[in-house]
Amino acid sequence: MNWPRALLTDSGGFQMVSLLHLADITEKGVTFQSPVDGKPMLLTPEESIQIQNKIGADIIMALDDVVKTTITGPRIEEAMHRTLRWIDRCIAAHKRPHDQNLFGIVQGGLDPVLRDICVRGLVDRNLPGYAIGGLAGGEDKDSFWRVVAQCTATLPEDKPRYVMGVGYPLDIVVCSALGADMYDCVYPTRTARFGTAIVPEGVLKLKHKAMAEDTRPIDPTCACMVCKNYTRAYIHSLVTKDAMGSQLLSFHNLYYMMQLSRNLHSSIVQGKFPEFVCNFLQKMFPKGDIPEWVCNAMEVAEIDISSCCAPFRYIQATKVQSNLNEDEIQAV
Amino acid sequence: MKFAVKAWSNGGARAGILHLGTSTIDTPSLLLSTRKGLPHFISPDLLSCLPSPESRLLHVSPLHFLEGLSMKTISKIGGLHQLLGLHDHCFVSVPRDSIQCLPEANSTNKIGASFETPCGRLLIKPVEYMEMISSTRPELWATLADEVPAWVSDKRNKTSVDRTIKWLDECISLSPASGAVFGAIVGGSSLEERRRCAQEVATRNVSGYWVGGLGLGESMDERPALLNAVIEALPEEKPRLICGLGLPEEILQGIAAGVDLFESTYIYHLTLGGFALTFPLDRTQINALNLAPSDVGSDPRKINLRATVFRKDTMPIVEGCTCYTCRNHTRAYINHLLNVHEMLAQILLEMFFPVDKGSYQCRPI
Repeated sequence: MNWPRALLTDSGGFQMVSLLHLADITEKGVTFQSPVDGKPMLLTPEESIQIQNKIGADIIMALDDVVKTTITGPRIEEAMHRTLRWIDRCIAAHKRPHDQNLFGIVQGGLDPVLRDICVRGLVDRNLPGYAIGGLAGGEDKDSFWRVVAQCTATLPEDKPRYVMGVGYPLDIVVCSALGADMYDCVYPTRTARFGTAIVPEGVLKLKHKAMAEDTRPIDPTCACMVCKNYTRAYIHSLVTKDAMGSQLLSFHNLYYMMQLSRNLHSSIVQGKFPEFVCNFLQKMFPKGDIPEWVCNAMEVAEIDISSCCAPFRYIQATKVQSNLNEDEIQAV
Repeated sequence: MKFAVKAWSNGGARAGILHLGTSTIDTPSLLLSTRKGLPHFISPDLLSCLPSPESRLLHVSPLHFLEGLSMKTISKIGGLHQLLGLHDHCFVSVPRDSIQCLPEANSTNKIGASFETPCGRLLIKPVEYMEMISSTRPELWATLADEVPAWVSDKRNKTSVDRTIKWLDECISLSPASGAVFGAIVGGSSLEERRRCAQEVATRNVSGYWVGGLGLGESMDERPALLNAVIEALPEEKPRLICGLGLPEEILQGIAAGVDLFESTYIYHLTLGGFALTFPLDRTQINALNLAPSDVGSDPRKINLRATVFRKDTMPIVEGCTCYTCRNHTRAYINHLLNVHEMLAQILLEMFFPVDKGSYQCRPI
C-alpha cells in the first residue's frame, strides 16, 4: 500500500458474520462461504492472527465471537465466554508481540453482568489495548451508551479504549465524554456515496434539488480542499452520477471527522471540553431538543449541558434521576 | 493565446509552443479528458502529481453540465476555473465528447447539432452553444459543427460542410471577448469536401482549427489523405486540434500530418479495462519490459493488469518511469485493487497514462 502511517487490521470476524452467507460459529472458529469461489472456509483465531501478523499492522484485533445486540438468550453468554477462550488462543498464536499490539474485544451484549465478566477476563490478560465490541448494530441508544459507560468505567485508565463501529459524530462525542479513545466507522464514506455530507448542523443532502443553485460551499466553517474549492451546486451535479462526486464528498466527510477528533483532543487538553460539547450540541440541536439518551450520558460523564437544553427537555432528563411523576413535572 | 512552430520534421509533423492562459505547453500535446470538468478518476488534489505543464490542458464538453447545473449558476460562480477549483489549468471546450456526448447526425438539422447524451438526445443551437461558452469561459473553444459518419450520402456530407461554416460564422459573431476560437472543419470521408471546408474556414478570423468528424467510421487507411486534404489548406502558423483519434498509431498519424493537439478517449477505455500503456520507442526498451511469455491480452504496447501473472509482480508498471503511480506502487498492488473492485485502481491507472503518452509525444520528432 505504501502507507507510511499507522495501520490497524480487524480480525475478519465481523465482516464474515455481517457480509457473508452461512457463517457457522463453533469452538474451532468461524466457517463461512469464501467470497472468491463459494467453497466453505474456516477462520480460526490462530489463522486470523497469522494473517494479521503477515499484513503487519501496528494494532491487530483478536478474533471474537460476535453476536448482534438485538439477539437475546444464552447465545450472548456463550459468545462472551468463547471470546475469552479465543483471546488466549490469539495471544498464543501472536508471533510479533513486540511490533504489533493485540487488542482484546469486550463482548456480552447488553447484559452488564456478562460485560463485567468479559472486561475482567481481558484485563487479566494485560493486553496493550481494549475494544468495546458488539455495539453499533441497531440497539437503542439508551442501552448503547450504558454499555460503553460501564466498560470505560472498569477498563484500565492507561490503555486505549476502542469502540468498534462507532459512528455518527454525536455518538463519538458522547463516547469520548464517557472515556473512549478510538473509533472506526464506514459512515463518512458510505454516506458520501449516497450524496450526503456531514456538517455541524447534522447532514446536508447534496442530491436535493435546492442544491442545484446553491453557490455556497458545503460547510463554510470547513477548511478542507472540497469546501475551499467547490460549491454545493457543482457537487450536486456530480453526486450519484459520477464517481468524482463520491470522491469529493468522501474527502470532505473524512476531513470533517478528523477535525472533530482533533477538536475533541485539543478541547480536553485545554480544559475546555464541556464548552466544546455544548457548542457541538447547540449547532446540531439549535432548538435545544437534545435526545434524552445524550442528556443521560452527559450526566453520567459529568458534563453540564444544561445551557444547550431547552428547559422542558432538561427536566425530562433529570426525571431519570428523580422520582417525579408526569403531573409533578408539568407543574414545575 | 499564442502559438509558434519551433521545429519541423521531414514531413508535415512539427514541434511547437502553445501559450494559453498562464501555461506554456510544448506540442504535440494530449488533452486530458474530463467529465464535468474534472478527470474521470484523478481527484483534483492529485492533479498536481501529473507532469506540468504537459498535463495542464483539459478537454471540457459544455454539454456535460446540462445534466444538473444551469449555465446561469456556472456564470454566477464565475466560469470553469472557479467552478472546478483549478486555476493553473487551461480549458479547451469542444461540444463533442467521444465517450458520452456523441454527435447524432440523423437528428441534426438546420437549427442545431444533435448529440446523444446521458440526459437523452439534445439539439444544440449555435446561440445556446455560445451561451455555454460565455458562461463557462474556457481559454479555447471550437465552433459548433455538424459531424457526420463516413457512410452518409454525398448530399448529406455537403450539407454538413455548409452548415458547419454557417454555424462557425454565427458562433464567431456571438463570441465573448476572451477565449481563443478554433474553427471547426468537417467533410466526412470526401477529400473534396474536406478541402472545401478547410479552405473556407482558413479565410475566417480564427486562432486555430479543430478537425472534427473523424473517428466516426472512416478507416485508418483513409485518414492520412483526409488529414492532408485539410492541413494543406490551412496556414502553417496556426495550431490544429483533433478529436476522435484513439490508438497511439492513430495519434502518430495525426502528428505526421501536422496536427498539434489531440483529445483521445483511448486512455479512458484502457483505464476501465485495467490496462496500462507500456509502448517503448525503441527496441532496447521492448526487451526491458520483461514480459512473461503467457501474458493474457497483452502486447508490447500494453499490459493487462488483471492478469494473474501480475499477482506477485513487485515491479512498477514501467521500470524507470517517474510518474506518481510507478514511484509509489507495484503491478501486484494494482492487480489486487482491480480484483477487489477498488476505484483506486482506476485512479492510479489514469495517473499513469498521461505521463507516458504525453511525454513520448513531446519528444523531438
